Amino acid sequence: MALGGIDVAELVDDHEPEDDLGHAARRRSTVLWVGGLSAGLLVTLVLAVGLGAVGIAPGTVARVVGHHLVGWPSEVVWTPAQDSIVWRVRLPRVILGALVGAALAVCGVALQAMVRNLLADPYLLGVTSGASTGAAAAILFGLGAGFGENALSASAFLGALAASVAVFLVARAGGRITSLRLLMAGVAVGYALYAATSFLIFAADSAEGARSVLFWLLGSLSLARWSIPLAVVVVVVCLTIALLMVWGRRLDALAIGDETAHTLGVPPTRFRMQLLVVVSLCVGSIVAASGGIGFVGLVIPHVARRFVGAGHGRVIPVAALIGAIFLVWADVVARTVLEPRELPIGIITALVGAPFLLILVRRFHASGA
Amino acid sequence: MITADVVSFSYGRTLVLDGVEVAVAPGQVVGLIGPNGSGKTTLLRTLYAALTPRAGLVALDEKPIGDLRPRELALRLAVVAQEGSGELPLTVADTVLLGRAPHLTTFQRPGRGDHRIAAAALARVGVRHLADRVFAGLSGGEKQRVLIARALAQQADHLLLDEPTNHLDIRYQHEVLALVRRLGVTTVVVLHDLNLAARYCDELVLLDTGRVAATGTPDVVLRPEVLEPVYGIGVQRIATDDGVQLLFRPLDHEEKPA
Repeated sequence: MALGGIDVAELVDDHEPEDDLGHAARRRSTVLWVGGLSAGLLVTLVLAVGLGAVGIAPGTVARVVGHHLVGWPSEVVWTPAQDSIVWRVRLPRVILGALVGAALAVCGVALQAMVRNLLADPYLLGVTSGASTGAAAAILFGLGAGFGENALSASAFLGALAASVAVFLVARAGGRITSLRLLMAGVAVGYALYAATSFLIFAADSAEGARSVLFWLLGSLSLARWSIPLAVVVVVVCLTIALLMVWGRRLDALAIGDETAHTLGVPPTRFRMQLLVVVSLCVGSIVAASGGIGFVGLVIPHVARRFVGAGHGRVIPVAALIGAIFLVWADVVARTVLEPRELPIGIITALVGAPFLLILVRRFHASGA
Repeated sequence: MITADVVSFSYGRTLVLDGVEVAVAPGQVVGLIGPNGSGKTTLLRTLYAALTPRAGLVALDEKPIGDLRPRELALRLAVVAQEGSGELPLTVADTVLLGRAPHLTTFQRPGRGDHRIAAAALARVGVRHLADRVFAGLSGGEKQRVLIARALAQQADHLLLDEPTNHLDIRYQHEVLALVRRLGVTTVVVLHDLNLAARYCDELVLLDTGRVAATGTPDVVLRPEVLEPVYGIGVQRIATDDGVQLLFRPLDHEEKPA
């Protein structure tokens, strides 16, 4: 062999039938899962747009969307009210829900690999507390007024990023970022910012401020409309998913351990920093658009691993799809169950997520893994 | 070829390696031996650049190891280290395929050849049937063999192993080391069992509190007068029909009647 290393010829016996290590079967199963879930997501999107205070048939939903997107069907056979509900109110909301769900799920996968802890979730980096501090400051002191109508989202985003940077700097003190440092820094910064937000609301004694902070802490998709923040979320989330898929093998190596990653050519500290930057930007953007929706980023990665195993090349796309489907349905329940009032979506995800996590924990121990 | 040139390392103010010199010629199997805390694992970790020496230089074929990019290093040097498996339920197949990672560019997926090599590597250490099992659920000996398979799949021309016979039963201790010998790559192996070291190593480096106490062929190093002061144990050397066997007994400070 040209490498002069361990001889392939010695390892591979040409007379035996080719052994692909079960790769073909694994690949087939992944393709089936991704295909099936993609179809499920499409159906989910159409049904979710139809469901609500005013029910709209899936056929009509499809026609309205087709008409707006590609001009087909060109003939309008639905009412202007239906058109407005589908295109202006519900579609952006459902799309935001799918993007937020997908992003939370893949960022949860990445963080669990990065800190090697199956209880890590995207809010580990203090972004939720940071976003609510930013939003509270914007409401109470008029910070970020230069951003016009997007002032609240912009200051929530800046707050989220500032929190991530703080976590990063605290974790980095001493040169190397280790899993444990990162976990501890995230908890510390999160609580500090939580205290800061509470103090801001308390000191300002503003009912509007308190309501708004509650929005950021519990999460809601009600701000969704065709706007620049939604466009930003689309771009950021798609790029993040693509990047994490490309980084699948590195995530596998890092999840095993720093020493292993190093010996396989993945510099652990540098890769962890790259991941931190990508995940903070992504989670910061979605938290600014929808607040902190809990449990999705914690539970969905476990569900995805049960379906296709832990290899990140397979887990990332499957987790993204399951997260998207789950969050869209959670939002449908949030806005229909107490009509006309709307429940914070975080309540629904926690109601479903907490028992689910308990079941997973039991199974996890039962299987001895 | 791997060389460590007057390498020193300290954790905080504790000097763990003190001017260690090691040279491993191409194709040679060199064993690192010494009591607990003598610096064997620390020395091995400086050899694969997981630790940067405080002083001195580690070089791979005369190139300073710090000048190699991480992937270049992984192509030249495979490591079987002592590390947990993490919490994620990665399968044995996933784990061994990672050995192919240094051969793939960022956007490349493992291809047919990579799967064949990974499967053959598993077969070589007798664990091909475990491919679909979760790595974390294996026994200690099975894990150890899978990690060796991953190092084989990496196809580097240098191999470093940290106590590869840990957790293995007596048959696999010999099989694994015999396999390592047959590979013909430049190898450094940390060993506790001096009889295994005698049988499978070309040269031995005996470490004692961070310094090289003795170096040379097993015949030179594995002598009672060399080992007894370092390990603090009585050593008896017996010639057998295929080499030597060492027997050990506690050092008795009172002289026994003859």
